[in-house]
Amino acid sequence: MFANLGTLLRYRGLIQSLVARELKARYRGSVLGFVWSFVNPLLLLSVYSFVFTTVMRNDNAQTRPYAVFMFCGLLPWTWFAASLTESASSLISGGNLIKKVLFPAEVLPIVSVLSNMVHFVLGLIILAGFMIGFRHLPNPAALVWFPVVVAVQLIFTLGLALALSALSVHFRDIRDLLANVLTLWFFATPIIYPYFMPTVERFLWLFRLNPFYHLAVSYQETLFFGQFGHARSLLLLGALSIVLFLAAYWLFDRLRDSFAEVV
Amino acid sequence: MTSAIELVNVSKIYRRYSGRQFATLKSALLKRSLLRELRPNEAFVALKDVSFTVPKGSTVGLIGRNGSGKSTALKLVAGITKPSAGTVKVTGRISALIELGAGFHPEISGRENVFINGIMLGLSKREVEERFDDIVNFAELREFIDAPVKTYSSGMYMRLGFAVAIHVDPDVLLVDEVLAVGDESFTHKCLDKFGELHRRGKTVLIVTHALGLVERLCDDAVWLDGGEKQLEGDPKRVIGAYLTSVEESEKQQLAATTTKAIQSAAPHVPAGDMFQATEGRWGSREIEITDVQLVGADGQPSFVFHSGDAVSIRFHARALKTTTDFVFGVSVFNADGVCCFGTNTDIESMASERIDGDAQVTFAVDRLDLVEGTYKLDVAAHRRDGTPYDYHRQLYTFRVKSRTHDVGIFRPAHRWTFSPNVRFK
Repeated sequence: MFANLGTLLRYRGLIQSLVARELKARYRGSVLGFVWSFVNPLLLLSVYSFVFTTVMRNDNAQTRPYAVFMFCGLLPWTWFAASLTESASSLISGGNLIKKVLFPAEVLPIVSVLSNMVHFVLGLIILAGFMIGFRHLPNPAALVWFPVVVAVQLIFTLGLALALSALSVHFRDIRDLLANVLTLWFFATPIIYPYFMPTVERFLWLFRLNPFYHLAVSYQETLFFGQFGHARSLLLLGALSIVLFLAAYWLFDRLRDSFAEVV
Repeated sequence: MTSAIELVNVSKIYRRYSGRQFATLKSALLKRSLLRELRPNEAFVALKDVSFTVPKGSTVGLIGRNGSGKSTALKLVAGITKPSAGTVKVTGRISALIELGAGFHPEISGRENVFINGIMLGLSKREVEERFDDIVNFAELREFIDAPVKTYSSGMYMRLGFAVAIHVDPDVLLVDEVLAVGDESFTHKCLDKFGELHRRGKTVLIVTHALGLVERLCDDAVWLDGGEKQLEGDPKRVIGAYLTSVEESEKQQLAATTTKAIQSAAPHVPAGDMFQATEGRWGSREIEITDVQLVGADGQPSFVFHSGDAVSIRFHARALKTTTDFVFGVSVFNADGVCCFGTNTDIESMASERIDGDAQVTFAVDRLDLVEGTYKLDVAAHRRDGTPYDYHRQLYTFRVKSRTHDVGIFRPAHRWTFSPNVRFK
């Protein structure tokens, strides 16, 4: 397993060019092209802001400006959810590669996660624009934690993506199940509502079992509230994510030989 | 001589998960059978204890029927699947032409695909850059290289895929029946490329049904059948043995077809034209024909003959009562239903006198000068006016084989002569 993990480093170039291809191919043929990477999150944000500042008015003074607050949680969530959805079908749609070319299968879910990470980074530019527009700038002292949060999310997402992609080869139901699980997960995570809402605090122990709760809180604290008090939980999640990643990689490695036969 | 590819006692068992077809993750979890369900419940042995070596620098052809395990063997050598038992050892960089352009993305340009495909096949970005011009020239796609691959014709797609794979400059090249695609001139180019690789001391393993190609290109051939190695060695000898075995199984198939045809022969009289091709058997059976056999030069009944062989049609006739008005006839039809030859005793001016009881009839042909193909046989006994006693219409199938693929129906014994200034290689 560790030997295989080592060869993964050798495939850097391949991963790199596949991510680039993914990004290039995605908007090929559309009029706006790569601009969609910016327009997409912007539109998503407008919809949510409209709903939660106009239709269902949110009067919590601490979450103002609401658009910026929500964007801080929504961006990483979009990265997470899209990565999982894409990687769950990555092996099946890349079946040709696995069956006909000597190709390290784990590259496929990894590419799904990384190409969505690029979109996430582009989304950050929009977020920065909003912050400047609303004159709500992050606190540099808290902001230094931001890369750590991203790193934890990356490892966590990679672990889940590997496991899901390998399992969905054998259980195609996962792809359908996943869409619904993600919807539930989204609402069960303080993204559109703040984590210090009374209802959240009442069921705090339950919320704390949700790994993405810690990520969302960390993002909001580092980017929006300017005070990072979630470091311990985040680092614990980071450690667990590494374990998850290794376990997922082990599972992937175990099932690897069946891919070329079952896909 | 060192070996480039070495298979030692390799078996490959494909697991089939048939019982789990409708199982879902949920039910698997509920029944706590997730791990059990991931285990196979049926096994299909694709390769059984196969060993062979391909010496470095040689070209070896893997031949065999469909489903004999050739492609499985190639995938094992390529490392795409792992053997269930035994070891596969390959020395040097492999490039596998199993499916051309397998990694192409339709939306992006040929240029970008060349790079990504090259990297997938194990080149670095710089190496692709160095070879880029050669690849594009080989594929003859200079003016289209910046168009998205989805706009390519399938031929262009294949050419580009082949060009990339062959320019990986592998030490070991694996080829799976890919030469069947592409036009004549591109096929020649590919063959030239194989020749060049051969001269440069590269190892090539080819899976193909084109036996002529194996004979021409390969130093060695390996014949697989039913997942087991049957023979290995000189291509001519291996191909010969393979063809004999194919004939043998064809005989069995034709025998089965014939038996079925006789059993299900409907007693109907053809409407109109006697030469219209409809299977069947009809007649009063006052003279009954049974045990129709085609017999080769060795006196053994067979269903497969070679063009030019001596063949006899033999059958048994039983007259219920002494009969004086009778004609025996045979005719041969090709697969298109065209009557190739037909005759009877009446046409050949043999006036019937009497037949009673059991009789044996033989129609001997000294040379079966038909071109390669499948033929059907009519055997009949009838009155001189045509009223049938027992008419077997196209119930018997036989095959004629030929090394030369000449066309038409009739292949007369022939020879060419030329004046001395005409020469052939």
